[in-house]
Amino acid sequence: MEPVNTYRAGPDERGHFGMFGGRYVAETLMPLILDLEKAWKEAKGDPAFQAEFDHWARHYIGRPSPLYFAERLTGCLGGAKIYFKRDELNHTGAHKINNTVGQILLALRMGKRRIIAETGAGQHGVATATVCARVGLPCVVYMGAKDIERQKPNVFRMKLLGAEVRPVASGSRTLKDALNEALRDWVANVETTFYIIGTVAGPHPYPELVREFQSVIGREAKEQMMEAEGRLPDTLVACIGGGSNAMGLFHPFLDDDGVEIHGVEAAGHGLETGRHAASIAGGRPGVLHGNRTYLLQDDDGQIVEAHSISAGLDYPGIGPEHAWLADVGRVTYVSATDAEALEAFQLCTRLEGIIPALEPAHALAHVMKIAPDLPRDHIICMNMCGRGDKDVFAVAEALGVAM
Amino acid sequence: MSGGRIERRFAALGREGRAGLVAFVTAGDPNPGLSREIVAGLPGAGADVIELGMPFTDPMADGPTIQASSRRALRAGTTLRRTIDLVRHFRRTDRDTPVVLMGYYNPIYAYGNEAFLADAKEAGVDGLILVDLPSEEDGELCLPAIEAGLDWIRLATPTTDEARMPAVLSNASGFVYYVSIAGITGTRSADPAAVGEAVARLKARTDLPVAVGFGIATAEQAAAVARVADAAVVGSAFCRAVADGLDGDGDGTRACVDNVLGLARELAAGVGSAAA
Repeated sequence: MEPVNTYRAGPDERGHFGMFGGRYVAETLMPLILDLEKAWKEAKGDPAFQAEFDHWARHYIGRPSPLYFAERLTGCLGGAKIYFKRDELNHTGAHKINNTVGQILLALRMGKRRIIAETGAGQHGVATATVCARVGLPCVVYMGAKDIERQKPNVFRMKLLGAEVRPVASGSRTLKDALNEALRDWVANVETTFYIIGTVAGPHPYPELVREFQSVIGREAKEQMMEAEGRLPDTLVACIGGGSNAMGLFHPFLDDDGVEIHGVEAAGHGLETGRHAASIAGGRPGVLHGNRTYLLQDDDGQIVEAHSISAGLDYPGIGPEHAWLADVGRVTYVSATDAEALEAFQLCTRLEGIIPALEPAHALAHVMKIAPDLPRDHIICMNMCGRGDKDVFAVAEALGVAM
Repeated sequence: MSGGRIERRFAALGREGRAGLVAFVTAGDPNPGLSREIVAGLPGAGADVIELGMPFTDPMADGPTIQASSRRALRAGTTLRRTIDLVRHFRRTDRDTPVVLMGYYNPIYAYGNEAFLADAKEAGVDGLILVDLPSEEDGELCLPAIEAGLDWIRLATPTTDEARMPAVLSNASGFVYYVSIAGITGTRSADPAAVGEAVARLKARTDLPVAVGFGIATAEQAAAVARVADAAVVGSAFCRAVADGLDGDGDGTRACVDNVLGLARELAAGVGSAAA
């Protein structure tokens, strides 16, 4: 590969980030994927599209989200200064809405009249159902039967918003199977339907366009940090399932040499147990859901089930740009277990009065590991990408509390 | 690659003045032993080409019937290596019936592309159909496969418009597989008139035989397709025939073999009844 002088140029014309990414989809979908790419290129270059997105971001999502100094947590850990980028304060309670607003505007531009989506924790499903309600388009959300069980509040929210939630009983009955089923729906309804993918994965151009819509997080954080501290942070931390909140925070900082970047995968019961969702730590390159990336798989190339207490991280792959950033060494990928995330969940709730989603609780668990040994003038910026209301039942169960 | 078993078989069908039956079964379904018997019996029951599914955990283009078939095969311990072994075993007694492997890319990528192509060729595989490798990714496996002497069977679909046609026909060999519906396997059937038009459109652009699949389950449907195309591909119906032969515990029985071969005879009769 050419020596890298920017980490922000990818993907190439064919959707590759180094060896990762690409367009590994059924022929039926190819004409549509090419249409989407064309529409996306036009939209990206159109100031009116950007202005529309900005308007929605401000008036509907509630952006910019605050950059918040977590003073008591900082004091408790006794080291680095910890900031949260508060994307959990967005409308619908997570970063997912940034992307669904962008994609629904693209869908309208393309004249599509039916929306489908997959969801794991239900946050992307809710964010999709929300924008569909707002523009008056029918919405079908595929969700693994196991996830429906552990994310009941979000299932009901989607239904209230007018979406049809279709349970997926095949395979591991989680996010990966919901993605398979959404792809099957798309193949069968290709002329009318726009597929709003929830993360920086899937065939090109999805990883790029989702990243662009989520990068509002990092652009804001950069400005806000300059305002608060007069300099850039030393370390960025974000959790990773598919990796959209992380890519949104990281991307604007990739070429800032002084900024260390940590992505936190879900280690489930522990990497050594094999029951985890850490694709980079425990997987190898393969092809699934339209792109080449790190995947949890057996020797025969069969996809193995991911395990995480967090439904939003319970995915056996990772966005292809993350795979590339891991290979070139720009981002360090680490992991946190279910138990560590639960501990961080409780600590944050008690010290900051913020109930984090189990997903960013993984990022926080990593912050808890590194902050105490760092000097007091070291600045960490962590993406608090979702709020934990949806998780209180799952947490109660994990803590053995009857509700 | 010209001059292979696939080309010879379609040339022979042309001389006989009839269309062919392409039978899809999943390798290792319902278990290795019965799968060997099914594959061995298919030519005698009227299958002109055998399309062998390489089972995968995440078959994104397949409906519930083939998904279940893949699951059974995987549960019975099928791996890509064993799928290739199955072909090798079949070739001991059948030197003429073309065998095409169909499936998804990841198991091949995990096996190692070069090793896979060499082993598949050596075992007697004639061609490949990879659902998730469109022409945009030809550098991955398509070009190396052609180099290794395997046919690369391209999928054309109802969404393949004139602009897309050259991409779909580039590097195609063996035959062109027309997927007659925009959708997944085993769900609905196409309107025969629309299929006829689509096949004619393909035939105007390529000299390769055109096989039509998706939504063909009965002898009547196969006959209708045989009237307008060079071959009818049947998949889900064979997988259902296997499922119908399972015992109460979901284990394979002799009935799996009998059901599949019985269906093949019916379908072959249907295909044979139609003048090409």
